[in-house]
Amino acid sequence: MFEFIQRFFGKPASSETAKERLRLVLLSDHLSLAPDVVESLKHDLIEVISRYVDVDAANCDVSFEQQEAAVAMLANIPILGMRTRPTPPAPPPDPPTPPTAPPNSGRGKRRRRRASPAGANIAAPAPPPAPAPGAPGFSPV
Amino acid sequence: MIEQEAPAASAVPRKRGRAIVVTSGKGGVGKTTTTANLGAALGASGASVVLVDADVGLRNLDIVLGLEARVRHHVLDVLEGSATLDDALVTDKRVPTLRLLAAAQTREKDEVDTAAFRDLIASLRDRFDYVLIDCPAGIEKGFANAIVGADEAIVVCTPEVSAVRDADRVVGLLGDGRSVKLIVNRLRPALVRKGKMLSVDDVNAILRLPLLGVIADAPDVIVSTNKGEPVALDAASPVGEAYRLIAQRVAGTLTGEPEIPRERTFFEKLFGSLR
Ligand SMILES: Nc1ncnc2c1ncn2[C@@H]1O[C@H](COP(=O)(O)OP(=O)(O)OP(=O)(O)O)[C@@H](O)[C@H]1O
Ligand SMILES: [Mg+2]
Repeated sequence: MFEFIQRFFGKPASSETAKERLRLVLLSDHLSLAPDVVESLKHDLIEVISRYVDVDAANCDVSFEQQEAAVAMLANIPILGMRTRPTPPAPPPDPPTPPTAPPNSGRGKRRRRRASPAGANIAAPAPPPAPAPGAPGFSPV
Repeated sequence: MIEQEAPAASAVPRKRGRAIVVTSGKGGVGKTTTTANLGAALGASGASVVLVDADVGLRNLDIVLGLEARVRHHVLDVLEGSATLDDALVTDKRVPTLRLLAAAQTREKDEVDTAAFRDLIASLRDRFDYVLIDCPAGIEKGFANAIVGADEAIVVCTPEVSAVRDADRVVGLLGDGRSVKLIVNRLRPALVRKGKMLSVDDVNAILRLPLLGVIADAPDVIVSTNKGEPVALDAASPVGEAYRLIAQRVAGTLTGEPEIPRERTFFEKLFGSLR
């Protein structure tokens, strides 16, 4: 409601701007303080994509970048070719155990609170066009 | 390393005092002001309190307390054995149960041995109900020294983006082994109402710490610092009252949600400016 009034008068309160900036900056702080989480995310990402195409696992790069209005995940995953066998329809029902990474380690040593409030809001715009030398015409089934 | 030599002190049974570090990450948000006022309020309520200035090289706590002319020795003298603890402790003139252990002004934080500092805090806990440690800004060695002997922490944060970000970082560094609580300092209720300042809820939506209290941005604080008289001892000051309530929350004699400072009315402003 308050926000609506603010919009109506065309000027967002500067405290709203402050809150949004804080959300973004803390999101990227927390990501950079949790290298193990990023590492296991990268691992899982590669695993999922590998179900569909052959990827160059050694040269994958996943990073986060704070942009104007969002924190973006940038994934550069070189694709070597189509999988010879078509994609398995659905992944076998994996036991929902979390990935191998230890829950909390390293200097960030986060925190008794669970995931950061902003953690759910990772904006993931299209990854930069991955060089896909061997797969010119990959079309999703 | 730290002598326990004072005969009077060793005759009394050992206390198990609480060691609380007052920290923030960002500089200038009110750590020293908070340490002095919380200490004064706790002391005035009858508890024995020692304030330790861990900001070696930039000592301020003595000034805020108005004790600067009486400091003869400092923390490093004690750690290095060139003064005894009793020589170095300065007793407050207004609150006889309040003592100050000043920092060295002409030394550097890196000169303080972390293990020795931890031992010093441990020995102070044997003698005082409260050991309040005024942490320097930053997260380097001075921070590490200031927190090493403390099992509780008070994070001071102002309603600003940079202060909240730094407080968040500090909370992570304090780790899970300490009880960590929050004081929001320098709130300006009128600005919050106009949407020009983060509210206490905005700040604590991010930090998510138990709130000890909220201190308004107030001329009283500046005036009392000018005079070297902690505002917590000023019975007529609303900010002083806020510090006294914080002291009660720290002591555990007051529970429930802390009050958020409200805007002063026209007459209060008029009256306040005459004081
Ligand atoms: N609630 C307040 N209202 C008005 N002024 C305040 C308030 N709290 C602190 N100040 C002023 O802000 C300045 C910085 O306060 P203080 O020295 O306590 O901060 P600090 O966190 O200890 O700084 P440093 O990081 O340099 O040690 C001082 O001039 C103090 O008087
Ligand atoms: Mg200070």
